[in-house]
Amino acid sequence: MSQAIETARTYLRPSKKLPTVWCGGCGLGIVMSAMIRAIARVGCEKNDVAVVSGIGCTGRLPTYVDFNTLHTTHGRALAFATGVKLATPSLTVIAAMGDGDALAIGGNHFIHSCRRNIDMTAIVANNSIYGMTGGQYSPTTPHGKKGTTAPYGNVEHAFDVAALAVGAGATFVARSSVYHARELDKLIERAIRHKGFSVVEAVSNCYTSYGRLNKYSSPVDMLRWMKESSVTVGAAEEMAPEELEGKFTRGVITERELPEFIESYDGLAKRLASDPAAIERVKGIIRTFDETAERLNAKG
Amino acid sequence: MAGNNKTSKQVIQGNEACAIGALAAGVTFFGGYPITPSSEIAEILSQTLPLVGGRFIQMEDEIASIASIIGASLAGAKSMTATSGPGFSLMQENLGFAAIAEIPCVIVNVQRAGPSTGLPTQPAQGDVQQTRWGTHGDHSIIALAPSTVLECFTMTIDCVNLAEAYRTPTVLLMDEVIGHMRETVVLPPRSSYKVVERRTPDPDTTDYCPFECDGTEVAPLGAFGGAHRFHVTGLTHDRHGFPTMVGEEVDRKIRWIVDKIEDRADELADLEEFETDDADVLLFAYGSTARVAKSSVRALRERGVRAGMIRAKTIWPFSRKRLKELSGRLKLIVVPEMNLGQLIIEVERAIAGTVPVRHLGRIDGHLFEPDEITEFVLREVGK
Ligand SMILES: Cc1ncc(C[n+]2csc(CCOP(=O)(O)OP(=O)(O)O)c2C)c(N)n1
Repeated sequence: MSQAIETARTYLRPSKKLPTVWCGGCGLGIVMSAMIRAIARVGCEKNDVAVVSGIGCTGRLPTYVDFNTLHTTHGRALAFATGVKLATPSLTVIAAMGDGDALAIGGNHFIHSCRRNIDMTAIVANNSIYGMTGGQYSPTTPHGKKGTTAPYGNVEHAFDVAALAVGAGATFVARSSVYHARELDKLIERAIRHKGFSVVEAVSNCYTSYGRLNKYSSPVDMLRWMKESSVTVGAAEEMAPEELEGKFTRGVITERELPEFIESYDGLAKRLASDPAAIERVKGIIRTFDETAERLNAKG
Repeated sequence: MAGNNKTSKQVIQGNEACAIGALAAGVTFFGGYPITPSSEIAEILSQTLPLVGGRFIQMEDEIASIASIIGASLAGAKSMTATSGPGFSLMQENLGFAAIAEIPCVIVNVQRAGPSTGLPTQPAQGDVQQTRWGTHGDHSIIALAPSTVLECFTMTIDCVNLAEAYRTPTVLLMDEVIGHMRETVVLPPRSSYKVVERRTPDPDTTDYCPFECDGTEVAPLGAFGGAHRFHVTGLTHDRHGFPTMVGEEVDRKIRWIVDKIEDRADELADLEEFETDDADVLLFAYGSTARVAKSSVRALRERGVRAGMIRAKTIWPFSRKRLKELSGRLKLIVVPEMNLGQLIIEVERAIAGTVPVRHLGRIDGHLFEPDEITEFVLREVGK
């Protein structure tokens, strides 16, 4: 049995959940398989992984993978994921979101997750459009490009997802595309291994809702665009700004260390547990019933 | 230490009692966003949770707050958030998620006056129908309304217990008066209240169905990171949790999330009766309004009116049983509420035209005066 088939058998849910809802030529299957390969390489037990999503075509991703999976409301994946992680920090938590999901309706949750630095991974599948609802322009639709609600071309300007994540404080930010599938899985792997909040932007393609409106001849034509319009972070450093016009960079964009939320919180809890004044204060609040006081004493 | 069952008198606020109740019920996760008049609950839990093995987080808004507690609950933690009207409005989206996905969680709503920002520091009971119908689609909910500081403690425990037992969001419908009022209380010792732990699946089960909804029993709920991997979605789903559009399955699921609560309305109904034995005029009240209504009953009796009161402690599901039983000898029902007519709708449905039902509403951010209710009733009975 080939490695790929074995990986698929191990991590995809039995056939009843397949085929996916995704159109032929959609990049999301590549994003999903890159995520699976990355998890396999990190070596997580399936029971120890939680995959959380919002709403959209990308939001359907957790349905197909054999982990603890949570398909939430539009934009809220990271807020749900935050609760999952804080309740059970031993879980490897990955949130998979579309660009509208992560950055329009979920934009607030996204930037605050970047800032908090909880050890989770956000994968933003950026297909430049609202796929599931049929091609309305999204916060990553480039200026001038068409959507069903931008029939004359988009007058707004797009977010640079990775730059936004860096600006909001994410401690690991990377980008690749579904054309560069192998690079994508390596970056997701590094993101999962990173201690802190990590963001991987996976530039993807929606031929059905974006490609056809914007004069791409086929899904392959869109992949060709990814190949020709991207440069590695290293190569970009040698290039003049004019040369980078219309291109996106691939690779690790930011990687830094910062105290992780749960480590900080638990460190604080540990210090408080040996601080008699803190214990007295809390005992004062909960002196009225024994069980919590008992727990407190057990800890202190 | 174990065996330390000492209880003592203390003067505390409703919000404090609520926070202590959460700890007593075993809440280990709180996600919230500050809002008057509920913030003390978050403040106390931020201070206490790290010392009892729990975690607190201040989220970026109320949408995220309720999302975080649903996520934490799914990972096995008893979870709670607290808010007031504006935040409660923002929570409606994910309250519906918790209802359809059947995830236990507790939302404390310390009600304040007015739509929108309204009157942040003044009480109201304006969110009663929003609690029941604020999120879209058919579903049900459990909501309790405390009238005393002590009940803020006991009913928080009840809300946690009911959420865990019925796998549903539950709402503690406080109001600003109860939240900020200080009373002398003796909080009961651990031996005097029950703490419910959620039913979890047998780890050896090979076909775990987290969303079984055929019988009357609520299915056990596994935890992420536990023995079973499963899928949770806000889409209508089959017994395994996977999306379905099969009419029969959809119908069964939605009826289930309604019926598992509504069919138990009488069983879940908790109410206090005061002077109802011979009453022919009934005050139907809840929350801080009931405190005033009680003194009106006394005043009315002094004036020769055979008044009594039912205080609904369980607001949702609404039980019609006791009202129907009493209706035969009632000649008037008065429903005082700090809104322009919300729970009265349920009273009228229960009574179905057999007894005149009159509403007395106050929406200026102030509690009723006892005389106000007394005089209203006297006018109504022609005295
Ligand atoms: C609160 C809310 N608003 C709107 C919608 C409708 N809706 C469903 S998916 C979607 C956008 C999906 O686009 P994106 O997040 O970019 O993901 P994609 O489908 O492209 O993967 C919208 C607007 C919704 N489900 N919920």
